[in-house]
Amino acid sequence: MIDYVYYPGCSVKSSAKHYEESILPVFRELGVNLKEIEDWNCCGATATPSVDKSKTSALNGRILALAEKEGEVLLAPCAACYLSLKKSHLFLTGGSKDAQKILDALKKQGLEYKGGIQVKHPLEILTREIGLKKIKDRVMRRLTGLRVASYYGCQIVRPYADFDDPENPIIMDDVMAALGAEPVDYSAKTRCCGGALTANIDAVGIELNYLLLKEAKRKQTDVFVTLCPLCLFNLEISQNKVIKEYKQDLHTPVLFFSQLMGLAFGLSKESMGFQRSLIPLDAMWKKIESGENNE
Amino acid sequence: MKIQEAVTFEGDLNRDFLGEIRTRSGCHEIDLCIQCGTCSSACPCAAFMDYTPRKIISMIKNGFKEETLKSYTPWLCASCYSCQVRCPSEIKITDVMYAVKRMAVEEKVFPARFSIPSMDKAMHEILTTFGRSSEVWLMLNMALKTRKPMPLLKMIPLGIGLMKTGRMSIKLETIKQRKQLRRLLKAVKEEENND
Repeated sequence: MIDYVYYPGCSVKSSAKHYEESILPVFRELGVNLKEIEDWNCCGATATPSVDKSKTSALNGRILALAEKEGEVLLAPCAACYLSLKKSHLFLTGGSKDAQKILDALKKQGLEYKGGIQVKHPLEILTREIGLKKIKDRVMRRLTGLRVASYYGCQIVRPYADFDDPENPIIMDDVMAALGAEPVDYSAKTRCCGGALTANIDAVGIELNYLLLKEAKRKQTDVFVTLCPLCLFNLEISQNKVIKEYKQDLHTPVLFFSQLMGLAFGLSKESMGFQRSLIPLDAMWKKIESGENNE
Repeated sequence: MKIQEAVTFEGDLNRDFLGEIRTRSGCHEIDLCIQCGTCSSACPCAAFMDYTPRKIISMIKNGFKEETLKSYTPWLCASCYSCQVRCPSEIKITDVMYAVKRMAVEEKVFPARFSIPSMDKAMHEILTTFGRSSEVWLMLNMALKTRKPMPLLKMIPLGIGLMKTGRMSIKLETIKQRKQLRRLLKAVKEEENND
């Protein structure tokens, strides 16, 4: 077993519970143990940087300092946490006077940060460290014929694009292909879901998500997979509003990539949190069964 | 006949505004803007903004401080960084938008009853007090700030759906070391003011 330090963030403990429920066992199946940071705090996502920069750096500095006591690589499954931690790490290690002030304040509270953390996304570990071959070998139930649109959203690939292209990433499509599924050539894969705007301003949410849903339908998508709790949430909650506005049947279930991995690894539906979907999954199950019969 | 001022005269502009945004955002590349409009065309939310991102950059560079800080545009930035990765002058536009938002909050000229700044401020209050976010508490705090109960009421069916699937709780989340967090944030603010 290899250990990595794990930062869950608030979403995977609440609205995206099925992300954590699936990612921890899937990694365990592949010989990786994710160790949760003790007494972690939230990162602030896009909210606190809009109000106070130094407090945002301090909140993230506390997380980084706690993580550094446990290891070198910090895994953050949520795109907003990933970016927030990465951005703060770069700021705190950038050598500016402002950064030094934050580091000093952290140190005084027993939270020294030496700058030794590498913030990574679990997908990066899956494809670069564990490797697609190992994933393929572990598959017990191939997802033959299932048309999966990998939706990456924004913050995992932008602005840093450390492990994939900022406009046309393929890392999640590769994982889906390794499971035997059929990756959809999804042109809207990095178009924005509206982030924190979608739940608050209907006009924005409907317009942005209409584009995402329409493109998926046009490519005969059975299911979306995503890596971001907010992308999943927005795509789910805006479906009824979009359908009402545009009068087209655009219902498409949205899952985390790790849920489909667990399913392909032969783990139970319940343990992977499939029952938590707000969109009915019946059509998807039928497609998976018919794919299995045709094998 | 009273002559109404239909344009902004140069004397009304704020000549320090560009410098302030440059410092606050840490983005010096803003000086290199060529007004090509790539940012506005890349922006998924530009259609909803009162000024497009290109205009905001120009307004900052020319000292339209009041108009910029009162604008809805930065609050309609979803932080997707599409503009930033495409900008030929490598301007960190998203960071500039954050800097505008912070300045508007500090100077209390942001659109006060608009949901987005209210949410950001509510989240900021909850996180700096408890260290963790709790959805229900965030929404209640937001409703108080916007003084609009309707959006909260409209969320109830969704809330029920989320509770049924075990994806929402009414528990107030908190870290154990709240005192340490409070001391840390206090120290950070003291250091900041020590310039």
